[in-house]
Amino acid sequence: MLGLSVEQLRADMNRLLAILFHQGVLDEQFLQLQQLQDESSPNFVSEVVTIYFHESEKLLRNLRALLVDKELSDYKKMGIHLNQLMGSSSSIGAQRLRNVCAAFRAASELNNRPGCLRALELLEYEYCYLKNKLHEFFQIEQQRMLAAAVRYPAPQQHRNNPQG
Amino acid sequence: MGCEMESDQPEDLDVVLTSMWPEDMNEAGRQFNVERPGVDQDMLEEVTINKEPKIVDFQRLMELTNYSDKGNGQLVKLVKNWEFKQANVVRLLREELDQLSKQQQEVELKKLEILEEHRFEKDGYGGDKRPISILDENLRYLYQDAPKRRKDVVSQGKIVAIDAEYDSVVYWKQRAMHLEKLLEASLQREQVLVEKLQESIENLERQSTPVEELSQVLKRADNFLHFVLQNAPVVIGHQDKDMRYRFIFNHFPSLGEQDIIGKTDVEIFTGAGVKESQDFKREVLERGLPAKREITFETELFGSKTFLIYVEPVFSKAGETIGVNYMGMEVTDQVRKREKMAKLREEFAVQKAKETELNKTIHITEETMRAKQMLATMSHEIRSPLSGVVSMTEILATTNLDKEQRQLLKVMLSSGDLVLQLINDILDLSKVESGVMKLEATKFRPREVVKHVLQTAAASLQKLLTLEGHVAEDVPIEVIGDVLRIRQILTNLISNAIKFTHQGKVGINLYVVPELSDMNEQGSEKKSQVQSTDSANTNGNGHANNSTCPEESELKNRSCDQNGDQMDQDKESGTKAEERVVWIRCDVYDTGIGIPEHAMSNLFKKYMQVGADTARKYGGTGLGLAICKQLVELMGGYLTVSSVEHHGSTFTFVLPYKVSSASDTDETDELSDTDHQDVLGDDDDLNSGMFLFQPRTLGTLFSSQLNGRIPKLLPNSYGNNCNGLLEDCPLPFSNIASNEGVSEEGSDSTAGAMETTSSMLEIQHAGSDNLKEQEQDRSHFIAQEIASECSSTNRTTVEKDETKQHKILLVEDNKINIMVAKSMMKQLGYAIDVVSNGAEAVRAVQRSAYHLILMDVYMPVMDGLQATRLIRSFEETGSWEEAVKAGIEMEAASHQSCSTSQVEETRKRVPIIAMTANTVSESADECYANGMDSFVSKPITLQTLRQCLQSYLV
Repeated sequence: MLGLSVEQLRADMNRLLAILFHQGVLDEQFLQLQQLQDESSPNFVSEVVTIYFHESEKLLRNLRALLVDKELSDYKKMGIHLNQLMGSSSSIGAQRLRNVCAAFRAASELNNRPGCLRALELLEYEYCYLKNKLHEFFQIEQQRMLAAAVRYPAPQQHRNNPQG
Repeated sequence: MGCEMESDQPEDLDVVLTSMWPEDMNEAGRQFNVERPGVDQDMLEEVTINKEPKIVDFQRLMELTNYSDKGNGQLVKLVKNWEFKQANVVRLLREELDQLSKQQQEVELKKLEILEEHRFEKDGYGGDKRPISILDENLRYLYQDAPKRRKDVVSQGKIVAIDAEYDSVVYWKQRAMHLEKLLEASLQREQVLVEKLQESIENLERQSTPVEELSQVLKRADNFLHFVLQNAPVVIGHQDKDMRYRFIFNHFPSLGEQDIIGKTDVEIFTGAGVKESQDFKREVLERGLPAKREITFETELFGSKTFLIYVEPVFSKAGETIGVNYMGMEVTDQVRKREKMAKLREEFAVQKAKETELNKTIHITEETMRAKQMLATMSHEIRSPLSGVVSMTEILATTNLDKEQRQLLKVMLSSGDLVLQLINDILDLSKVESGVMKLEATKFRPREVVKHVLQTAAASLQKLLTLEGHVAEDVPIEVIGDVLRIRQILTNLISNAIKFTHQGKVGINLYVVPELSDMNEQGSEKKSQVQSTDSANTNGNGHANNSTCPEESELKNRSCDQNGDQMDQDKESGTKAEERVVWIRCDVYDTGIGIPEHAMSNLFKKYMQVGADTARKYGGTGLGLAICKQLVELMGGYLTVSSVEHHGSTFTFVLPYKVSSASDTDETDELSDTDHQDVLGDDDDLNSGMFLFQPRTLGTLFSSQLNGRIPKLLPNSYGNNCNGLLEDCPLPFSNIASNEGVSEEGSDSTAGAMETTSSMLEIQHAGSDNLKEQEQDRSHFIAQEIASECSSTNRTTVEKDETKQHKILLVEDNKINIMVAKSMMKQLGYAIDVVSNGAEAVRAVQRSAYHLILMDVYMPVMDGLQATRLIRSFEETGSWEEAVKAGIEMEAASHQSCSTSQVEETRKRVPIIAMTANTVSESADECYANGMDSFVSKPITLQTLRQCLQSYLV
């Protein structure tokens, strides 16, 4: 029964991942991340992603601040931020974010303020979307890990498990 | 000519003319002349006087006229015409005569009446009448013309009205006067009649004889002909049945009568066309039918001219042909024009055809380009999700599955890999074709490449085949070329050879050839090579591993273990080697099914296989050889094949390589001194370059440790890696020097194992379980189990050596990227130092020596390109001046504290690999220009990272 739930969770995870892949939100680089996760760093993916979100949030804040200042939009600085964001996005396989970043950077290179604003909005949207989805993903994974962990130990822990 | 006659006897004209003219000319002739007979006449006179171009054999003409059917007919017609005319005249005369005699009778009657009336006055007036009657009598036979007219004039029935009383004097007087008047009128008439008579007589006299008339007609015809033909560029002639000219009319006579009459064409002219015309005439003569033909003459007399010749036969009365009439017209200009036109038209057509062809070609080319582009794009697009599928499958394989599920997964994996391989092939091909593919020039050791390829092949071997390799002594230890591509070619050819070979052996043969050598040497070379490998069978495995075992390398705290071993062999060949190019020929031979002759031509074509049945039996995409060929040609070499069906094939490629410069060998000399004791006897092995993988030997060798030496259905990489690793397992415990080249494969194997990452929760259990399983049933091996085992053993033993051996520096500013890269390195078994910009990188290099630097290109403070330049400048000059200039604070102390050997080592060229976000070629060029050795595109993947490390940390 519990084994079933583990399988279920695994299937859920895979389904979620498949959807994200299908939508182009993620690409195979994310799988690379998953490959890097082993017993020596069991939470590698989530760690990286957490840092990623942390960093990205900062970058997004900076970008908005730069863009809000109508007179002195520092496009160069914006470009550096975007490069940074793009690099980390592509590293974790956040394909759609990366693509939006590329568009954003193109707009910033042209000093195209409205384009930048649009891109920023899109970027924020994508960011939120990715964050929500990955959050969901990791939650399932955590459940799965817990479910997997209680496979062999004593039966009394079985009952506690689903709530966890 | 008939026109003059028109006024008199228009109805006769046709009759006469038809006999005179050829039928078809009648209309034209008429049209031409009807209008103005007078003028014509004048002109005709002129013509007759001026021109006399015809040359006539009169006698013959007479004969012709007499004997030929036509002449006869003509004469008959002329005579008929004359007779007709005469008859007509006679008829007219007779009619007139009748009329006159009638009148005569009437007049007689009248006279009788009058006499009756005046019986009594005979005396007085009789004398008046007398002469008239006499005259009447006399004239009676002569007055023939115009009797009708006279009838009107004579007012016979008119009763003379006389006012005077009858029988009075006055009456008689009046009557006498009246009669006198009548008499006078009668006399007048008589006079007129006499004149008429005279005229008639003259006319009669003038009336010509038939001959005269005929000749006149003929003359007119003649004149007309002259008029018409005056300037016509025609030649008209008659030839008898011996083809001798009897008559000729030529407007431009160039020969005298005596030259032509009585002679044949052949006698008169010489040159092209003469014979043909004569033959043509003769043909007409024989067949008796008129004909037309165009004949081109090329004679000295009048040069090159084309004549349209009409020839008609002439028949005798008896119906035999007695000669031909011939009419020639010069049409040289027309013919020329016509030919020109034809030519132009032809050219036009050809041009048009070419144009359409060209358009088509352009269209096709465009289509092809588009299709290729699309194929490449598609392949790329397919690759991304597919690699997703494969990766997911791999992940799935690490989970808890039962046997059946594993089996299914295994199939999934191998299918996925196959498709990936295919797509990679397509991408490679389109890259080569579109010229996007860039070759890298890196130093590599041909012997190692051969060995690796063979090892890889041996690992995945599922048949009992002997794999052998032989590298001739004169092949340099190290050459420069694109090792990845060369490896790709070799692997491709070897796997091909293995695929099509069921027993016997497959081998690689490497030796130096003078540029563009002929193929003949191959046979003898091969033989000697085979012998030598046979003799080397017993210690074949010893040859195969020419590197130190991990223990030894562990003992050495130096990182250059294999480098050292192998570089000391450079002494022999390397010292001689200047910066020069060697052509190395590589034969990949097998004893397989061979290639039938007819399939040779298709061999290197894309998607082509020898036959449909072959494709079915052996599978494959048919892209491999095409890619090999293109790659070889891209590198400036050539790929050929020779094969005997059912006996085997030999694929040969010859490539130019640069040989490493002398300075490198100096360096290695020093380094190798220390290592020399460690590697006894390795010299010979390496130089002889003999590798042998025999199925049985391998089996016994490994059976002591693991039965599952030959995994089935394993992808190459796994097999290869495990090969080394499985042997490694017992090593740390037994402390026995390994027979296999462990340390070298160490990096490979780790990498291979890492490829199939998994959460290794159960590895400890699985490790021992698997060993048992393998022993029980070899065939139930699957990739995953081996891989996991590999990685587990890996962690404990080999990895640690490696981390100690290689120092790698990562220069990267992005936290995420650092994390990912670090984690990947960890999986690959390397620890890395990380700095976050170029300046720090330079300082790090100054502090300690690295074996590899991974350098981000765009970074704050100092970018990767500049940092690379600075490091390179240090390597060349030995001083950090440049760096100091660039504003980096140097740690002078640490620099000086370095030991001499360390300095030497530091100053060896460190491979620097760029990590760049754009994979576009320009930025790659930029990287190379700044002294980087290679580049990987971000985001980096395990695969690329491993490949990169493999090629730079050997």
